[in-house]
Amino acid sequence: MAKRYPVRVKVNGVEYERSVEGRRLLSDFLREDLELTGTHVGCEHGACGACTALLNGQSILSCLALAVQVDGAEILTVEGVADEAKLHPIQEAFWENHALQCGFCTPGMILSALALLKENPRPTEEEIRVGISGHICRCTGYVNIVKAIQTAAEKMAETSQTKGTVQNV
Amino acid sequence: MKPAPFDYFAPTELQEALMLLERHEDEAKILAGGQSLLPLLNMRLARPKAIIDINRITSLSYIHKDNGSLRIGGLTRHRMIENSAVIQEQCPLMTEAIQWVGHIEVRNRGTIGGSLVHADPAAELPTVVTALGGEMKLVGPRGDRTVRPEEFFVSFLTTALDSSEILAEVRLPIWPRPTGYSFQEISRRHGDFAVVAVAVLLLLNDKRECENSSIVLAGVGPTPLKAKRSEGLLTGKKVTRELMEKAGGLAAEDSDPSSDVHGSADYRREMVKVMTRRALEEALAKAMQNAK
Ligand SMILES: Cc1cc2nc3c(=O)[nH]c(=O)nc-3n(C[C@H](O)[C@H](O)[C@H](O)COP(=O)(O)OP(=O)(O)OC[C@H]3O[C@@H](n4cnc5c(N)ncnc54)[C@H](O)[C@@H]3O)c2cc1C
Ligand code: FES
Ligand code: FES
Repeated sequence: MAKRYPVRVKVNGVEYERSVEGRRLLSDFLREDLELTGTHVGCEHGACGACTALLNGQSILSCLALAVQVDGAEILTVEGVADEAKLHPIQEAFWENHALQCGFCTPGMILSALALLKENPRPTEEEIRVGISGHICRCTGYVNIVKAIQTAAEKMAETSQTKGTVQNV
Repeated sequence: MKPAPFDYFAPTELQEALMLLERHEDEAKILAGGQSLLPLLNMRLARPKAIIDINRITSLSYIHKDNGSLRIGGLTRHRMIENSAVIQEQCPLMTEAIQWVGHIEVRNRGTIGGSLVHADPAAELPTVVTALGGEMKLVGPRGDRTVRPEEFFVSFLTTALDSSEILAEVRLPIWPRPTGYSFQEISRRHGDFAVVAVAVLLLLNDKRECENSSIVLAGVGPTPLKAKRSEGLLTGKKVTRELMEKAGGLAAEDSDPSSDVHGSADYRREMVKVMTRRALEEALAKAMQNAK
């Protein structure tokens, strides 16, 4: 029997405790062990961005991290982006701007957009393009994806103004 | 596309990591950002018996400035270097070049130590560290040693690091403030490894002649290539357009690129010529600006 290692991790605000093999990829841990299949796996070598998740608030490729490494950390996957009842402004903007076709790249795009807007709430088109440059959209819908992120930035700026607080991303 | 089984260790101290390395002899691999190692594990191009994860050795992640040099811990992530005000101020060539390394997700994890030890000849950081005249501090079971880039980068994906050693620190000399610099790269898509890249530093004397220069190429040989003849050509002279053209020509002659799907050897050599000249022009413009 291969050796197993304990992992305690908070994913989308929920604490999980599991034991995993050393070689378990974070992407497989999320999908297979936690059954959070929103995180997609395209290439398993860092080339497509579909598996992007936030690790302690930073975007990372979950196919290039081991599950054991996130012991003690906080992870956000696409399942944790929406409020219980309501889509996140980025998700709404993707929907309204037809920024998804087959939807395979969408979870990764949304998480990178989230990380981008948190750091830079009013990005230029160029900055958005750089921000999603690690992602491949096989349906090639980049124009609408960029538009959606622009729309989301505007929406989030408005809500944070009316509420007087920064949108909790 | 899943790694083969391995034993996993996550030491919190450098000494502990060194002991683990020694205990496993050649069968262990250090895991830093994982952005080069994990793809190799996933594709089973590497099958180490043990993985020694150094991510919990937080004492290896820092950026310090002291007496004329910058000291960067081996585990310092690309993103931390990219966003560092000290680096931007003291070593703007690094700030410029590091933005060419992969994408944000890759830079959030990848480390300077990992990038140097991986030693891809088309990678930005080995090129920049060579151009600056940096040094690598390697720590092993029998003590430390300091290695210069010319000795450190041995060949394609091969360095002078022993399997019992860890790259603990990178030291970068701070070039005098008026130094002009440029980093130029051609890659197929933003974030890909370079087809060809060139890093240039240029320091002028008070007669506006070249006092000191450094010209290093990526993607045109098994290691970063220091274009020594081009540097020598500039020394003590006024840096004219004609001289820069000549320096570009010499750099092209001295490069030894190979052909692959991203570009033929001839294309690469031609690009070396053009980009070396362009990089010198940009560095010269900055140096002139700074001299005012
Ligand atoms: C999609 C993608 C695009 C990329 N694009 C680029 C690019 O354009 N330019 C570029 O330069 N890089 C690129 N990279 C690689 C990236 O920069 C890596 O971060 C880097 O090459 C390796 O650093 P790491 O910390 O991830 O090292 P790891 O992958 O963890 O390790 C790499 C190697 O170094 C060894 N090692 C790591 N740290 C140490 C240490 N301190 N002491 C001793 N040995 C050590 C490991 O054992 C391993 O052999 C890309 C990666 C991906 C996935
Ligand atoms: S599955 Fe991770 S980058 Fe493609
Ligand atoms: S919508 Fe199909 S891959 Fe992007």
